Amino acid sequence: MSTITAPNVKNTGKKGNLVEMNWDPITRIVGSLGIFTKIDFENRTVAECHSTSSIFRGYSIFMKGKDPRDAHFITSRICGICGDNHATCATYAQNMAFGIKPPPIAEWIVNLGEAAEYMFDHNIFQDNLVGVDFCEQMVKETNPSVWAKAQSTPAPHAADHSYKTIADIMTALNPFSGSFYLEALQMSRMTREMFCLMEGRHVHPSTLYPGGVGTVPTVQLFTDYIVRLMKYVEFMKKVVPFHDDLFDFFYDALPGYEEVGRRRILLGCWGSFNNPDVCDYTYKNMTNWGRHMYVTPGVVVDGELVTTDLVEINLNIRILLGSSYYDDWQNAQTFVTHDPLGNPVDQRHPWNQTTTPRPQKRNFDDKYTWVMSPRWYDKRTGDYLALDTGGGPIARFWATALAGKVDIGYVKSTGKSVKIYLPKTATKGEVEFEWKIPKWSNAIERDRARTYFQAYAAGCALHFAEQAMKELHAGRTRTWTDFKVPDEAIGCGFHEAVRGVLSHHVVIKNGKIANYHPYPPTPWNANPRDSFGTPGPYEDAVQNTPIFEENGRDKFKGIDIMRAVRSFDPCLPCGVHMYDGQGQILETRHSPMFGLES
Amino acid sequence: MPPEAIPYGRKTQRPSPVAEVHVVWMTAGLGCDGDSVSITAATQPSIEDIVLGAIPGLPKVHVHNPVIAYENGADFLKYWYQAEKGELDPFVLVVEGSIPNEKIKKDGYWAALGTDPNTGQPIPTCDWIDRLAPKALAVVAAGTCAAYGGIHAMEGNPTGCMGLADYLGWEWKSKAGLPVVNVPGCPVQPDNFMETLLYLLYQVSGLAPMIPLDDQLRPTWLFGRTVHEGCDRAGYYEQGDFAESYGSPKCIVKLGCWGPVVNCNVPKRGWMNGIGGCPNVGGICIGCTMPGFPDKFMPFMDEPPGGKLSSSAVSVYGSAIRTLRSFTNKTVNKEPKWRHGGRELTTGYRPSSY
Repeated sequence: MSTITAPNVKNTGKKGNLVEMNWDPITRIVGSLGIFTKIDFENRTVAECHSTSSIFRGYSIFMKGKDPRDAHFITSRICGICGDNHATCATYAQNMAFGIKPPPIAEWIVNLGEAAEYMFDHNIFQDNLVGVDFCEQMVKETNPSVWAKAQSTPAPHAADHSYKTIADIMTALNPFSGSFYLEALQMSRMTREMFCLMEGRHVHPSTLYPGGVGTVPTVQLFTDYIVRLMKYVEFMKKVVPFHDDLFDFFYDALPGYEEVGRRRILLGCWGSFNNPDVCDYTYKNMTNWGRHMYVTPGVVVDGELVTTDLVEINLNIRILLGSSYYDDWQNAQTFVTHDPLGNPVDQRHPWNQTTTPRPQKRNFDDKYTWVMSPRWYDKRTGDYLALDTGGGPIARFWATALAGKVDIGYVKSTGKSVKIYLPKTATKGEVEFEWKIPKWSNAIERDRARTYFQAYAAGCALHFAEQAMKELHAGRTRTWTDFKVPDEAIGCGFHEAVRGVLSHHVVIKNGKIANYHPYPPTPWNANPRDSFGTPGPYEDAVQNTPIFEENGRDKFKGIDIMRAVRSFDPCLPCGVHMYDGQGQILETRHSPMFGLES
Repeated sequence: MPPEAIPYGRKTQRPSPVAEVHVVWMTAGLGCDGDSVSITAATQPSIEDIVLGAIPGLPKVHVHNPVIAYENGADFLKYWYQAEKGELDPFVLVVEGSIPNEKIKKDGYWAALGTDPNTGQPIPTCDWIDRLAPKALAVVAAGTCAAYGGIHAMEGNPTGCMGLADYLGWEWKSKAGLPVVNVPGCPVQPDNFMETLLYLLYQVSGLAPMIPLDDQLRPTWLFGRTVHEGCDRAGYYEQGDFAESYGSPKCIVKLGCWGPVVNCNVPKRGWMNGIGGCPNVGGICIGCTMPGFPDKFMPFMDEPPGGKLSSSAVSVYGSAIRTLRSFTNKTVNKEPKWRHGGRELTTGYRPSSY
């Protein structure tokens, strides 16, 4: 376990020219993201970074006054790659607000659908979007010496994935021509078929409802899912060693690469996959059923598991402004003064947020983005922590590993690692993988965790399918619980969107939505400097990034910055824009990096 | 293989008269990128079928979409600037997301793509549409947001957003004489979009006539029939047999399905590779392909008001039909009486030789 409290900050004290380099838009992510940096080429480091998103849609505004039953259909449309995570999270909040519990088979069907979403989404993002940053074409253009070394470096796990050298792995990742790129794209379709079996349509599901699902549980439904799942399990036996070889090579080929995208270990996970034996969707039992999720909720600070209690996680969420285009709501209406357990609820909590947009010119010294700044209040220290999700998997694994709660045959938390057991498949024997807590929260480890989590999701799906078929064989096939919408209620849903924490908070008055605030992972990751001046995670991670790219200023691609940003799996309907135009020298001065004068 | 080795092929197979076509795909409307993600699921044709030239007769296609692009930042946006200058000719402009109204406020932007090098300010999506639409061979709205406004244009929305044809004008024509082509769906059904793109590429190559569109500018072969007409649960409707609870395999119109009046082929085509869909797999049709979406279909989980009358009428007739059919069903579930063991043949054949 790592106990590092702050990443290494090197300050050589040399004079450096700061050059403004911007990338707008950053591609191969979902949504609109701009990254604006000041780079010190002499010291080969990023001195400053601002992250900006250029889209505003206003869900929290137009949902007011709507029927609360419509919330999951509407909020699915927040995101075009993980809309189902929103729909699912919304049904969790609806279930709480309406006071209902779906039948167990419905819960297993949702878990199977969500597992397929992780299997699909991590796969396509890792191998068709992130993978391009590590492909032959990109590495040749940015680090020719690394390409040369890759050609003479045998892949340690060649027997498992059949690519003889690291260079072969990189070639396989070339867009639209690499064999692995194309295979992954195909696989991302099969997993989406699995998803559609359970939730009807990708990416905005048709068969989810408050109270359960409309999916008809039949023998055929599970047969169709399981035969596809086992093909994916076989694929995983190749994919995990493939990525381990690639990522380990980068540490070897570029000593110090662990500093790319590194930030303090400040990770949040809100838990995923409810256990129907325990989960009753009541707020008062939330601590208990949260701890029975198959991905354990938790906050990890400097390598320490601070809490696994969803009630505590909930109450300490704070939405700060500072650099976002909105009016403050400190003096606006308070919708919820106390939670159902009698704990006071802060005015800056999502239940009490009032969203009032104020479009204006972009000014990096003042307001520069549509993203707000969610923080988690650490009552031990009084700090408003800029938690990140690390793109999802690293935070999920870290919390789950330390909590030591999950043990379902195919996946097991050991207290210091997470083990994944994959049974025999058509052409490959049984395999065990173990995700071990890494030394750093950095770009490579975020990416590595993503691959391991694909295998984890497959393992969980094997368990869920067994449980679902038990219900089916016992004849317990009812999938939906009827309900009445109460006049007054509050609800909250906690889930893991593919790229990290997701919460939905709803307030119902007069049978209609009075307030609704979803907090997806990207506001946590892509947010700007808050009212205390604390930068958001992308900004923070990029600001600490050393430059390994061999190109000079004229041909600079910013590949290390791209790898740092993409490791968070940005999704900016919940983005970063960089234009690497003609870099403009801003000023010549002592480089007061990170505020330290030498 | 040298051309002289395939003389018959020379007669029927010609290269496209247009050597190269660019697809400039803007996801910077008010959307979720769900339509871009959707097309990566398409298989009829797939994105790689188009990009790698797997279908004969088409030009070389270059797709510039931010979700899958190799390039970043300025390297990526250069295609936008080239298109604006007329250097990327011909190109098809695809727009995703609804078009915000930037005129209703004093300053700032609702949606933008890239940064103006002169001002340092974001370039509004509307500016890009103004710059590129006049230069495009065809303009395609991918998904309901771009087509008609969609979810982000719901009543009470702060951005005043709308569909592309609302923005450009419903009578707008491209320089090649095509109106806006709408492929609605929330998100767009993967193959519906790719097939429309394929059609336009055929048209560009002179291999297809003008794309047939209805008055809502939708391809007629995709949106000419209703959900109900293609739904494999319509038989339950005919028999007046309605689901009372989600999860039932019966017709779900009483649970909020708008299928009888919604133009969409999803139950027929499935969501991808024939799998999934909406009412065919237990999901109420919420009208997500329609110009009136979402407001005219909310609250989604109530029975559609017009539907009540027709489903009540069909209940009377349907239950009579159902009773009669159940007699017939019992009969056809029995094998004919001459299939039996024993020493006697009762099939009607009268053997004379054994």
